[in-house]
Amino acid sequence: MSQTQLTREVARRVFATEFNDATYTFKESDDERAPNYALLPTGDRANRVFIVGTLTETEDVGDESEYWRGRVVDPTGTFFVYAGQYQPEAAAVLRDTEPPAYVSIVGKPRTYETDDGTVNVSVRPESIAVVDDATRDRWVVETATRTLDRIDAVSEWEAEQEAPEGASTAPGNEYAHMARERYDSPVENYRNAVIQALESLEDLEATA
Amino acid sequence: MSDVRQHAEDIHGQFSDHLDVTVDDVEGRLHTLVDEYKVPMDEARRSVTNHYLEEAGLDREDISSGSSEEVSIETIDEPEQWVDLTAKVIELWEPRSDSIDQVGLVGDPTGTIKFTKWAKSELPALEEGGVYALRNVVTDEYQGRYSVKLNSTTVIEELDEELEVGDDTSEVTGALVDMQRGSGLIKRCPVEGCTRVLQNGRCSEHGEVEGEFDLRIKGVLDDGIDAHEVIFDAEATESLTGISLEEAKEMAMDALDTTIVADEIADRVLGTYYRIEGPTFGRYVLADDVGDLDGPVDGESLLIRARSM
Repeated sequence: MSQTQLTREVARRVFATEFNDATYTFKESDDERAPNYALLPTGDRANRVFIVGTLTETEDVGDESEYWRGRVVDPTGTFFVYAGQYQPEAAAVLRDTEPPAYVSIVGKPRTYETDDGTVNVSVRPESIAVVDDATRDRWVVETATRTLDRIDAVSEWEAEQEAPEGASTAPGNEYAHMARERYDSPVENYRNAVIQALESLEDLEATA
Repeated sequence: MSDVRQHAEDIHGQFSDHLDVTVDDVEGRLHTLVDEYKVPMDEARRSVTNHYLEEAGLDREDISSGSSEEVSIETIDEPEQWVDLTAKVIELWEPRSDSIDQVGLVGDPTGTIKFTKWAKSELPALEEGGVYALRNVVTDEYQGRYSVKLNSTTVIEELDEELEVGDDTSEVTGALVDMQRGSGLIKRCPVEGCTRVLQNGRCSEHGEVEGEFDLRIKGVLDDGIDAHEVIFDAEATESLTGISLEEAKEMAMDALDTTIVADEIADRVLGTYYRIEGPTFGRYVLADDVGDLDGPVDGESLLIRARSM
């Protein structure tokens, strides 16, 4: 067995706005069974994600067999979740759950290129569970923390790149480097998304 | 004292037990490389060390890289460190290869760690339950787990004292993102001391047996940084899900299917945040203490952090 199969991939925490920008995918080796990663614009790789949000719409978009699409909204945007015959449990949850409802989803990022060349990013769920608002709030705070940590790491890396003598001794940040090469959007956007997400929590508390 | 002299004494110290060599000999070799051939000191040390290794017929692993330091097991978090331990032999395992003389688990008040003693090191035998001072052992790492290796320079001294062994308790917090196969209502081999989980009514050791029911969850608790594997025994599973072993048996009986239990458990626990505390057991954390994470969360300090970046 190879190392990659022995190590379980971590489920990254990422807000919808960043997830939907993660259009570049790659593998770390030529091995046919090597895991696929989506490159997060804040400089990390994600083979799996854990998201919590409001399921606002479900629709069976399949032709011959069921293929369920769910829209899951977080404070920054919308995740698109697709489950078909190969994800029977997840498909059943999408079929049976009456929106709106808070759901948590463990799943894999998938990309799809449309005819006009736009790359859409979606979630292929491994499991979907209906959860409560406390779980959702915890996820928002946790995802904000993880996102800020990634942004910090990118900023550190950028500062080292700019330092005149730093380049040779600086610890590498492979994925920050890759993100700069692949994406145009500055990480500042994702910091703003974090602020937006946290403010939405505060607002809720203020009105509660 | 010159730099070269200091390095020479270090190297000499490593070989004094193995070779009849003087500090001057070592210093002479270092001088030649460093001063005449302009070899950097690191490289010169390496080269001279290799020369003596060959002369003594030793492997690099057999000599200490200078001083080893007395540590507690809990603090071992780096491979290839030379350390001294005071530890009790908790368990001896069956060596899987002739090159291994003894293998097992040792512990001190801070935790436990696997040890390996090589046959070629020709060290005295350790006994289960014995407490020893182990000087000059090397740490090793395999897939994030640490062990210590005893080698031919290791000094073993049996101590006439009792040592309380602590468990390696860890606390993990995260979302339960997956339940692995072998979760739910399972059957175990009833043979005394076996308890292996049956596959299709068969124990891998004792063949077809009348199994005894047990309830457990093998789950993955993920905090977005690491995926921790966690085991909940019957008691912990009941406190987590509200399903007791008896209820689980009834559910399975009604449905004529044991998998319904795992499905029901998955429905109740997947995608929820938990805090788990318990001893580590191989790559698993045993959930002794389980808490829900449903208290309020504090976004305010984070908001301050985000705004000030």
